[in-house]
Amino acid sequence: MGLLSKKATCNSHGQDSSYFLGWEEYEKNPYDEIKNPDGIIQMGLAENQLSFDLIESWLAKNPDAANFQREGQSIFRELALFQDYHGLPSFKNAMADFMSENRGNRVSFDPNKLVLTAGATPANETLMFCLANPGDAFLLPTPYYPGFDRDLKWRTGVEIVPIQCTSANGFRITKSALEEAYEQAQKLNLKVKGVLITNPSNPLGTTMTRIELNHLLDFISRKNLHLISDEIYSGTVFNSPGFISVMEVLKEKKLENTDVFKRVHIVYSLSKDLGLPGFRVGVIYSNDDIVVAAATKMSSFGLISSQTQYLLSALLSDKNFTSNYLKENQIRLKNRHKKLVSGLETAGIECLKSNGGLFCWVDMRHLLTSNTFEAEIELWKKIVYEVKLNISPGSSCHCNEPGWFRVCFANMSEETLKVALNRLKMFVDGPSSTTRSQSEHQRLKSLRKMKISNWVFRLSFHDREPEER
Amino acid sequence: MKQLSTKVTSNGHGQDSSYFLGWEEYEKNPYDEIKNPNGMIQMGLAENQLCFDLIESWLAKNPDAASLKRNGQSIFRELALFQDYHGMPEFKKAMAEFMEEIRGNRVTFDPKKIVLAAGSTSANETLMFCLAEPGDAFLLPTPYYPGFDRDLKWRTGAEIVPIHCSSSNGFQITESALQQAYQQAQKLDLKVKGVLVTNPSNPLGTALTRRELNLLVDFISSKNIHLISDEIYSGTMFGFEQFISVMDVLKDKKLENTEVSKRVHVVYSLSKDLGLPGFRVGAIYSNDEMIVSAATKMSSFGLVSSQTQYLLSALLSDKKFTSTYLEENQKRLKSRQKRLVSGLESAGITSLRSNAGLFCWVDMRHLLDTNTFEAELDLWKKIVYNVKLNISPGSSCHCTEPGWFRVCFANMSEDTLDLALKRLKNFVESTDCGRMISRSSHERLKSLRKKTVSNWVFRVSWTDRVPDER
Repeated sequence: MGLLSKKATCNSHGQDSSYFLGWEEYEKNPYDEIKNPDGIIQMGLAENQLSFDLIESWLAKNPDAANFQREGQSIFRELALFQDYHGLPSFKNAMADFMSENRGNRVSFDPNKLVLTAGATPANETLMFCLANPGDAFLLPTPYYPGFDRDLKWRTGVEIVPIQCTSANGFRITKSALEEAYEQAQKLNLKVKGVLITNPSNPLGTTMTRIELNHLLDFISRKNLHLISDEIYSGTVFNSPGFISVMEVLKEKKLENTDVFKRVHIVYSLSKDLGLPGFRVGVIYSNDDIVVAAATKMSSFGLISSQTQYLLSALLSDKNFTSNYLKENQIRLKNRHKKLVSGLETAGIECLKSNGGLFCWVDMRHLLTSNTFEAEIELWKKIVYEVKLNISPGSSCHCNEPGWFRVCFANMSEETLKVALNRLKMFVDGPSSTTRSQSEHQRLKSLRKMKISNWVFRLSFHDREPEER
Repeated sequence: MKQLSTKVTSNGHGQDSSYFLGWEEYEKNPYDEIKNPNGMIQMGLAENQLCFDLIESWLAKNPDAASLKRNGQSIFRELALFQDYHGMPEFKKAMAEFMEEIRGNRVTFDPKKIVLAAGSTSANETLMFCLAEPGDAFLLPTPYYPGFDRDLKWRTGAEIVPIHCSSSNGFQITESALQQAYQQAQKLDLKVKGVLVTNPSNPLGTALTRRELNLLVDFISSKNIHLISDEIYSGTMFGFEQFISVMDVLKDKKLENTEVSKRVHVVYSLSKDLGLPGFRVGAIYSNDEMIVSAATKMSSFGLVSSQTQYLLSALLSDKKFTSTYLEENQKRLKSRQKRLVSGLESAGITSLRSNAGLFCWVDMRHLLDTNTFEAELDLWKKIVYNVKLNISPGSSCHCTEPGWFRVCFANMSEDTLDLALKRLKNFVESTDCGRMISRSSHERLKSLRKKTVSNWVFRVSWTDRVPDER
């Protein structure tokens, strides 16, 4: 197939067919409280649906913003023509302020160092294009968001080398894990350009500790590397110990205006905190002028619609709204998280103690028939096909221990969550996992055949991917 | 600077510093009818500002679309969550039908073969990623849109090899030019993956003839390569002729559902026809399922805002609006182009006979001191600094003949255009007077010449404003 590029014909877009199965099943049979109460409940979607009413009520009170009006005057023409890749100044100002507010105003962000992109997806890819050449590597702590395999590697030719984290210490990043990952990259003859972390973590739902952040800064300092901190979930932290951004640590360590400072870059987006993934709003924040300049030019390939920039600049400039929203959002996330955790507990299932994100990192190791990834996939299939819950298996997040699953809690109503937890409890309490009926055995066997756990090229009809993180 | 990638430290983003100078000058001293009547008039911006009133009046009559409502009910949540890279079905349907309408409904577009992208900038780059490996080449007829150097090459590693067109035949593409370009690529050891044309052409303002399209289809067929037809200006065709899309030609040649048709891809956008560059709406249309599939996944890197998809699906689904708009848009563009052309003529300046686009390809060869690109740049500087008009020099579009300039006519009011033409006429008449240049003018030109750097220079750190528009 010499006619198409390797990028188009290979499978590094990263669609894992087993992960896809859960999605496909959901689409065939989606739960609806009234129309399809036995359908599959979607718990693999890290969306924040808890606080839309706050935004809707703001929109009702501020109709100008959506209607291309400013103080009663139409600015339609101005917006229709506005394609400056430096972005709408009022929007960048509002974003910078919002990011500060999210960090308790302990650090400030300079709008001139912000680059706007159509979501965090292009923000991350763009940073790869800016910081790495094809064949270079970035180190990422496992488990990580499956989409990174596509976003960081596909068109850039960059490699990911995992920093292995384990349940032994709550999946925290350790100095030795960092060193090991670096050495592994060297063994593979890969030049390491930096480390990328997601803080708060997806899929763990935990914020990074000050110790970890310090380790990271020391590490990148010694090895002369970059650090990308994807802080897309920064506004979803609902419990102590609270969110500490790498920017704060740089400030505390008085590293502003040093070389290291220039090698730390932040990615942000409004897809999780504000629940607006459809609007495609992401940013890169960098203290390196050259990176800002280059990324700004690259943002041409994914600018934010001026219509959307304007709407959101009005929304985020309203400090009454933002402070109320952030507070209320956190309260609701906290409640919802509690409901999931206690529901799981009554089913004898624990999860990693978490204080942020839109999901829990759930420990189902005790439900595995064996401590293997095959067993994890089997359990996952049971949960998808029998319990009718679509959750994300840890293996899809490159977790190195079988039995962990990411379960989302903010993308459904409270009632639906209750139904899901009920089903799970019944499954766990149900017929003992060691005695299976003949028919169940057959069923599992045929399920096993359906699955292909390797990356398979099935582009021509595998065209629906769980897009969200 | 090993810390950053070579993409960043090289100058492949293609910002030509001499081209940038005109932009910079404009920004420092922009014309305003009242506040700055001696300022620089922007004629380097291919924007369509002639028909906003039509859209504004539609918006006033259809408030739901912008207010995120459907039949009076809020659909904010649905839109806020909609990030499916397959795009909003109603929007793709409306886009397909709009594209059909522009082509007189002679060809059909299947919404399932449309991939949405955040502007045609994103669409073109994505097609490169899908069709070419780093180091592969695409052939482009010159002159071409300067942005292609960045869009097609920068991050993809693809190369552009020019198909040289000349004024001797109105810059039309010839078979020998195609073959020469192909051979040139071979000499350079580059594997040619396809041809990319802009139809109607930027900067020429002409639509490709049926003969040229046939040539192209035959050429890609014989060489087993791709053809990308960027039809971003398809709705700006105002001449007597109808716009002929490559899709028309495939149909006429009965090549639908053949291997060749799978290698023909169309790029479109609403930035020029509807004048909405800020909304970032582009599309790739391909008959090759694999391309559609791969490009769809790649569109994750530049999706169209759901807020915008919804607004425009409502707008474009209104067939009364679209038919009125297309007709009125063409009328206004035609009359505006006529004004520019006759204004230029009265200054003794001719332009390539054009029937589309938002600009004219203007012949100022007779105003050059010498038939060189240095002379072209000198003339350009005079026009920028003395006449105070920002126009685009042909060299920035890779034209092989010095003396041609692209002059836009649809991004300003009629009065401003008249003023610009008056200034130009005065300039030409003053230069015509014996073509004698005073001593002080000479000195001025000399120092101006020193300022220019006509080579690609890496000035990323402060050369940060590029005329982004086409």
